[in-house]
Amino acid sequence: MPSKITTAETARASAEPGVLALVCVAAWLVPGAGHLYLGRRQKAIVFFVALLTMFGFGLLLEGRIFPFELSEPLVALAAIADLGLGLPWLVARLAGTGAGTVTAVTHEYGNTFLIVAGLLNFLVILDAFDVAMGRK
Amino acid sequence: MTSHLGLLAVFAFLVATVFAALMRDDPREQLRSGGLMFGGFLAVAIVLSWLMYPLPL
Repeated sequence: MPSKITTAETARASAEPGVLALVCVAAWLVPGAGHLYLGRRQKAIVFFVALLTMFGFGLLLEGRIFPFELSEPLVALAAIADLGLGLPWLVARLAGTGAGTVTAVTHEYGNTFLIVAGLLNFLVILDAFDVAMGRK
Repeated sequence: MTSHLGLLAVFAFLVATVFAALMRDDPREQLRSGGLMFGGFLAVAIVLSWLMYPLPL
């Protein structure tokens, strides 16, 4: 009878390049998905709820999902940060939201929420990678 | 919500939550460090805002 797979065994098995890439892509697309695949369910739920809440707040506060304007470096950097949450970014763009209202009182707060949500998910992706490599 | 303090608190809460989950594995430790970070964010923001209050001189 096969023994129950431990978290450490899952992590070692996940150190294969293909699985590492899958973990990172999943973590980018859906915050917490990488941790969920690696068996860290509590962290997965926390990241999923917190980062989606932050992204949603950013949109509600009339923040802007910045375009990739290479002629304006700060806008390009903000666009890269916004892209940190893959699927929410895609859904927001397809739904036509994230245009931002510059005259809104909360516009800059919204920008901050959106940018930081993306940047925090980059940290979450790195953490999922470390867990998959067996470093954590 | 248009309250600066309210939005600051929401932002600090969410950032502290994510950092706590990243840095700690034990849920009790996560709660403790998250709470400390949240309190620290709020305290520093309030102190800095009061320091900036006299500006521009």
